[in-house]
Amino acid sequence: MSRRDFVAVIFFAVVAVFLIFGALKMHPFGPVEGQDGFDAEMDDHIINNAQEETGASNTVTSVVFDYRGFDTLGEATVLFTAVAGVILVFRRLKK
Amino acid sequence: MSGMSKIVKTISNIAFPFVMIYGLYIIAHGHLTPGGGFQGGAVVASACAMILVAYGSVWTMGKIKEKRLSILESVGAISFIVLAFLGIFIITEGVFFKNFLANTNLMFGTTVAFQSTAANINTAGVIPLMNFAVGLKVIAGLFAIVLVMAYATSKIKEGKTK
Repeated sequence: MSRRDFVAVIFFAVVAVFLIFGALKMHPFGPVEGQDGFDAEMDDHIINNAQEETGASNTVTSVVFDYRGFDTLGEATVLFTAVAGVILVFRRLKK
Repeated sequence: MSGMSKIVKTISNIAFPFVMIYGLYIIAHGHLTPGGGFQGGAVVASACAMILVAYGSVWTMGKIKEKRLSILESVGAISFIVLAFLGIFIITEGVFFKNFLANTNLMFGTTVAFQSTAANINTAGVIPLMNFAVGLKVIAGLFAIVLVMAYATSKIKEGKTK
């Protein structure tokens, strides 16, 4: 086992431990805020107020384009970069 | 690749408007029904890719250049960012991506109560506008990728370039 493999195994173990602890701390499926001492402030705020605040009947779209618009901006940037890269690579073949 | 047979062209001509209308419907109703700019744009771009397959990349490149598609994509991206920045400047206490048109009774500004209403398309503020911008961007971007790759492949097959 070379040193490079050793470092890779250490890194994998650290990432796996973080993922497992993250999965253990995930929200349980089903209970609402206040039940079993469970706190879900952001979820309940979006469910209760999204329709009145944004006016969109589709709550998913109101999250994607309003509450988390920054995330959509990043997605659009990824698509733009992909298109620019493809056109840059294939421009040489056009002539 | 050149065009396919007359049967494929006829079927594509028949199917194209329906796929196109379905994709545009998904974009326009993004704030009411499942879907939105990305999904509807993918549907419309696949309709354009169907025409590309049926008629061949050389014919399609003669109809629309990929430079025009790049310009369209940039227009979509710029209008999306401009809408986001208007949230800062147009109203007091504005922030980035503020929904400045919702519940104002202006364009797309009908007030909605918290209930399972019959869907009204004249709601949701800037969300439909952002859906249009992202839809334009996805249509032009995906179709530009497919068009450029198909055209380059046909050029390589002809042996004109390495």
